[in-house]
Amino acid sequence: METVVDLDAALFEGLCRMGDTTLVLGHRVSEWCGHAPVLEEDIALANMALDLIGQTQLWLGLAGDVEGKGRDADALAFRRDAWEFRNLLLAERPNGDFGQTLMRQFLFDAWHQPMLKALEGSKDARIAEIAAKAGREVAYHLERSADLVIRLGDGTEESHKRMQAALDTLWPYTGEMMMADDVDRTLAEAGVMAAPDSIRPTWEALVAEVLGEAKLKAPEGAYMHKGGKQGTHSEHLGHMLATMQWLQRAYPDAKW
Amino acid sequence: MVSVAQVWNWLDEVPDPEIPVISVTDLGIVRDVALEGETVVVTVTPTYSGCPATSVINFEIEKALRDKGVADVRLERRLDPPWTTDWLKPAAREKLRAYGIAPPIDGTRAEGVVAGRIKRLTGVALVVPCPRCGSEETQKVSQFGSTPCKAAYQCRSCLEPFDYFKCI
Repeated sequence: METVVDLDAALFEGLCRMGDTTLVLGHRVSEWCGHAPVLEEDIALANMALDLIGQTQLWLGLAGDVEGKGRDADALAFRRDAWEFRNLLLAERPNGDFGQTLMRQFLFDAWHQPMLKALEGSKDARIAEIAAKAGREVAYHLERSADLVIRLGDGTEESHKRMQAALDTLWPYTGEMMMADDVDRTLAEAGVMAAPDSIRPTWEALVAEVLGEAKLKAPEGAYMHKGGKQGTHSEHLGHMLATMQWLQRAYPDAKW
Repeated sequence: MVSVAQVWNWLDEVPDPEIPVISVTDLGIVRDVALEGETVVVTVTPTYSGCPATSVINFEIEKALRDKGVADVRLERRLDPPWTTDWLKPAAREKLRAYGIAPPIDGTRAEGVVAGRIKRLTGVALVVPCPRCGSEETQKVSQFGSTPCKAAYQCRSCLEPFDYFKCI
């Protein structure tokens, strides 16, 4: 792995990790638009996707400013290839059924909300203000996803079975959220971004509480996948980007 | 030369594109109006970071001022402090209710805790009165309604579905 010495280079990486994660998850969630089991959930998913895409504009917009090469949020979102993306692997997991989408959302929200809380204390005012803005929105995401995981986990036999299957499938992708590398350590030492491992106690407590109420059991001793934050992705990301970036690749600089 | 007070008055008449019964100043998103020489600088904060109305709002503000004869307009974005429904003017809350949207109930912002836990801590679930019949027998259908800033509710007395403008 490359060692990042320059703080600005680390900051660009760190901001892409936040922005790419909200972008990829936002796009994934938007794939439900028109397909959700009921109209209310369809609308709710589309609205959450909208929040995530809005946050992406802030994170990637700042990343472009920090990089100083004239790339704006759109250039970063639509003109990079899979290996340049820094999103968490969890975010690119396919939607699966409705239960799997909600479980992915909950496992992420339970990390996202405390992470944004921590980032509100960043020494970099630009990061603190984005985190404060996004945090208020994400608090609603977390309440919704936790609520639905409990309802479906502790629901019918069928819904319980599906939620447990979703948890078993997604659990090996949760570890990466709390793993720190050189970039994370550089940023944490400078006080500009919170160390991912510092989120672990809050995440574990919240997840344990919700899974307990949902009568679901987290797998024990599962292998944890990693690499998304460094640009090593599963095959799913490339397929997603092919759809997401198609228009800007086929017609560069096309405007609405 | 135009005055700052005059600009504020003009902005009072610029409707929110999603909820046209309230203005951009009712909503509390205009954070500052200043004059820099001949240029009118209007500072706007977004409601939600992904709100698609943001660019329309900026366009409407600029257009309204140009229609009043202001040649130089500059819009600036300010994120800090983040927009809160606490900034909705009292009169705007009544306008929302009359329009069929339950206004935000202050002090009930999501804190990112499990809903069931809030209920256990406070002993009460959030009661959102129906904007049509006033009944408190209402239920949440979904945390997100027609836009991210609203939740979908239904009244159990008059059976009408309605939007609740969430506290943020």
